[in-house]
Amino acid sequence: MALQSLDIQARSATTTAVPGVRETLDVAKLIDISKCIGCKACQVACMQWNDLQGEIGHNHGDYQNPRDLNDTTWTLMRFYEVEPEPDRLEWLIRKDGCMHCADPGCLAACPAPGAIVRYSNGIVDFHQEHCIGCGYCITGCPFDIPRLSKKDEKAYKCTLCSDRVAVGLAPACVKTCPTGAITFGGKDEMIRHAETRVADLRERGFVKAGLYDPPGVGGTHVMYVLQHADRPELYGLPKDPTISPLVELWKGAAKPLAIATMALVGLASLFHYVTKGPNAVSREIEKETEHEEEEQA
Amino acid sequence: MRRDPRDLVRYTAGQRAVHWIVGISFILLGMSGLALFHPAFYPFSLLFGGGAWTRILHPIIGVVMALAFVVMVIRFTRYNLMRRVDWQWIGRIGEMVNGSDETMPAQGKYNGGQKLLFWLLLICMLLLIPSGVVLWRAYFDFPVEWVRWAAVVHSATAVVMICLIFVHVYAAIWVTGTIRAMWYGTVTRAWAKQHHRTWYEEVTKP
Ligand code: HEM
Ligand code: SF4
Repeated sequence: MALQSLDIQARSATTTAVPGVRETLDVAKLIDISKCIGCKACQVACMQWNDLQGEIGHNHGDYQNPRDLNDTTWTLMRFYEVEPEPDRLEWLIRKDGCMHCADPGCLAACPAPGAIVRYSNGIVDFHQEHCIGCGYCITGCPFDIPRLSKKDEKAYKCTLCSDRVAVGLAPACVKTCPTGAITFGGKDEMIRHAETRVADLRERGFVKAGLYDPPGVGGTHVMYVLQHADRPELYGLPKDPTISPLVELWKGAAKPLAIATMALVGLASLFHYVTKGPNAVSREIEKETEHEEEEQA
Repeated sequence: MRRDPRDLVRYTAGQRAVHWIVGISFILLGMSGLALFHPAFYPFSLLFGGGAWTRILHPIIGVVMALAFVVMVIRFTRYNLMRRVDWQWIGRIGEMVNGSDETMPAQGKYNGGQKLLFWLLLICMLLLIPSGVVLWRAYFDFPVEWVRWAAVVHSATAVVMICLIFVHVYAAIWVTGTIRAMWYGTVTRAWAKQHHRTWYEEVTKP
């Protein structure tokens, strides 16, 4: 087996069991939005560690740059100017990127065996060498994360630095954050840490502060501490994310149902032939036709 | 070349060619599509040069089939208009399945079942083409909710269409003397009398 820290627990388009004997630690990254100053050191560190060179874009009059995630931008600082209460302006800054869902919609939707895996430590990783470029992961993701590259037609997203984590290092963004807004460790430990942060924020007047670890996708391995956990939309986050019921239908019931229907029609035809025999021209009509022919001749 | 000068012409070479283009593209589309639909069929992708080639080729073949299908619809719609006798025929489909069609109402060029199939296939294509375009991420970028709907519609319709084509192909095999109509375009007089008597009378009218 490969590195224990890269044991695979779920694999796209695979219907048999994956190796699952060893039990590894569930890891998580905790992003404390109340501590983030929007310096983008993490965004830079991500590009540097992963050797990503984006195109130089345009200034749109705010700090968000580039405008959106893309094949070379796996994490992006999103800036929101909002008024949670009238006349109370807040500048909310969220580090966007893959949430590393315990129940990943991207993996459920992916048709290419092994192109998307979930390691037993919880990291969801894309293996571009198996990627066929269909973009179904984008269709499956409840957080609008994966991006297809125009350059090579493969899908890319945050790896949670699976390569670093595999050898006991923290992700590059965590390592670089100057305020300690991003922490990394065991998921339980991160939840406990979040609880102390939430208690602190509540004391300071953010009575709705809380942890964003949405249960609809089985919880995530990237979690946020939000000042307004009752309104994740303020940060551009979905309130109760789940894999879309359409995706569930497409990748769930539809598949066995389709196979059963096609097999049934095929078998029914076969048995029809076996029981009824061919539908050949009857003797009478054949004789009648021969008779006509002779008459005309 | 006619095997027998008394054989009746059922399809011109042009009609057969369009039908073959549709048929071959359909088989390629079905196999490449199923490869992406269920891991059990993923090995079909090897026939197309791997997963990425399957993904690239499928929609392109789809465009070929869509164009050829439009030509077929233009050429064949007028033979497939449903008449009262067609509904009567469909009402007595059990006798046909039983293999005793000689007692059924006399049929024109196409029987009620064939006409119904024509319209069902047309509906399938009208669902498959737009949903396929919405799924085509290499060139289009539709809102994700549309793409989710398209995935369900495209795969479900494809399965229905594959089943309809199974029935279509089986019927052609089952009724002996039919396949040759797609090879060289002719059928025997006896065949026409038994299965499409009204059409037989039309084409043999002096
Ligand atoms: C008529 C034009 C068609 C177009 C433009 C089209 C396009 C597409 C596209 C873009 C995809 C997504 C995969 C990819 O990017 O290659 C797809 C998937 C698929 N297509 Fe088509 N297609 C067409 C016709 C058909 C037909 C006639 C069939 C029936 C046999 C079919 C069966 C499928 C299936 C089964 C899938 C997989 C769906 C899934 O992954 O659940 N397609 N098609
Ligand atoms: S956020 Fe999207 S890309 Fe990341 S694991 Fe969840 S479904 Fe997959």
